[in-house]
Amino acid sequence: MISFESVTKRFPDGTTAVDNLDLEVPEGDLTVLVGPSGCGKTTTLRMINRMIEATSGRIVVDGQDVAKVDPPELRRRIGYVIQQIGLFPHRTIGENIATVPELIGWDARRIQARVTELLDLVGLPAEVRDRYPHQLSGGQRQRVGVARALAVDPPIMLMDEPFGAVDPIVRSRLQDEFLRLQQEVRKTIVFVTHDIDEAIKMGDRIAVFRQGGHLEQYAPPDELLAEPANDLVADFLGTERGLKRLALIPVSAVKAEPGPVVSPEDDGRRALAVAEAYGSDWVVVVDGDRRLLGWAHAREAAERGRVGDAAIRPFQLQVKATDSLRAALNAMVQSRTGVAVRVSDGDRYEGIVTLELLSKEIS
Amino acid sequence: MTDGPAPVLAAELIRWSWIGDHLDDIRDDLLQHVQLTVLAVLFGLLLAFPLALAAIRWPRLYGPILGTTGMLFTIPSLALFILLIPFTGLSTSTSLIGLTMYTLLILIRNIVEGLRGVDRDVREAAEAMGYTRARQLLQVELPLALPVIIAGIRIATVTTIGLVTVTALIGQGGLGQLFIDGFTLNFATPIVVGIVLSALLAFTADLALVGLQHQLTPWARSRGR
Repeated sequence: MISFESVTKRFPDGTTAVDNLDLEVPEGDLTVLVGPSGCGKTTTLRMINRMIEATSGRIVVDGQDVAKVDPPELRRRIGYVIQQIGLFPHRTIGENIATVPELIGWDARRIQARVTELLDLVGLPAEVRDRYPHQLSGGQRQRVGVARALAVDPPIMLMDEPFGAVDPIVRSRLQDEFLRLQQEVRKTIVFVTHDIDEAIKMGDRIAVFRQGGHLEQYAPPDELLAEPANDLVADFLGTERGLKRLALIPVSAVKAEPGPVVSPEDDGRRALAVAEAYGSDWVVVVDGDRRLLGWAHAREAAERGRVGDAAIRPFQLQVKATDSLRAALNAMVQSRTGVAVRVSDGDRYEGIVTLELLSKEIS
Repeated sequence: MTDGPAPVLAAELIRWSWIGDHLDDIRDDLLQHVQLTVLAVLFGLLLAFPLALAAIRWPRLYGPILGTTGMLFTIPSLALFILLIPFTGLSTSTSLIGLTMYTLLILIRNIVEGLRGVDRDVREAAEAMGYTRARQLLQVELPLALPVIIAGIRIATVTTIGLVTVTALIGQGGLGQLFIDGFTLNFATPIVVGIVLSALLAFTADLALVGLQHQLTPWARSRGR
């Protein structure tokens, strides 16, 4: 765990970068520091490993005041990844990853084994080991940066806009990969970004800073989006706050409605009655095992006699319990029925999600 | 025109028998030339490194250091050696002190620029990984500054090879001794031999340093493919 106790940083030119900060970073969580440039988020990060010294206050890492630890000693226990990565151009990928193990004097065999393990962990092919950084792509270099930071398995990682220098597609993939990796390694991570979407995607908790190093709000992403502490935070979160929140909430969070369900064998007039009772002009068609077949116009079914005689149209988009409500919303706006249909992993019908259910969840 | 003096001059320019008779002397002069050059550049590096590091640590010193070494660089070489004679006499020390002084400007400037040119992100990463200051300098910054530093050593070496000949006037001089011989005897062969050998020496030394750089910077080899 990392805690800031009344930490202030004033630079010699008189600017206050961080102003009386109190913050607790829970163990095993990914905490994002976010805010516009000049808000002190990077300064806050760099005070943890004493790349910048606090002017006053205390920073405690695992019960130890960092001011009382020799900086090189402290830094070797804390992984560090920056946007520009800062790989050593004169060392091979293997040697780069081995940096901290070598500094603390592991024997050669242990280092070699660890490098192999790390290349695998971050998804790099073994043959990059003897290449030099300039021979790798930006995405690969970023992975090497992460592997190097993880080399001695430090309990804490500091990441400063780690995915800022790669293109959006690679960035999104690296983010996903990193979240998966974090599930595995469960490090205490402090992550700096200016991109609120990245913060929402990556963070277990988000600390929003404003200019002058004031902490405005510190909350899990869902709570932040639901109840921004003030206009400044709300502004920073952007106008699509509702949509961003939807992306965080799983479909399973809302109780799906049973919906107007019929089977192909049912009489068309029954289908019409079911639809009318529900208040729609269509019905969901499932087979005897409740496998989803599609949907049909209720009136067409009534005219043809049996539901199976009418045209049964597939739902182009279906959602599962683990999908986000944002995906459900997308399914709604793309379907003639105006609802999202929820199915199980075995394609069994589980109900429908309506716009009404969504807005009830997020309001 | 047809029976001009040209063939006679050519014959006078290089008298092979003289070369054959003086092989030992020529060899000794060459060796002394190499020795003076190597020692001057070596002492130059020994002095330049601490001064360069001081200039990086205390940037305010860089101006005065460059100013002083630059001023030394502008003193005509002959004048400098003569100025030194009252203190160190007609000795190897005199020539070495002078030669070393001339290397300083180039060496200090290239060491400082080389170290300063190391990417900020790389330095920051090294610091964040937990390098101590000294180890970071030796294992990260110096290797990365090598191409610029070696470029400085090349210039300093070639310049020194040229300057060594001047020290012949104070009784040292390596191949410069051959020039003096040529002038005193009014005879071209030693002069030609001296010119050819010092040019060859400069060329060889430069090539050797390029090779050294190639050996020391394996990471730079695969670039530009």
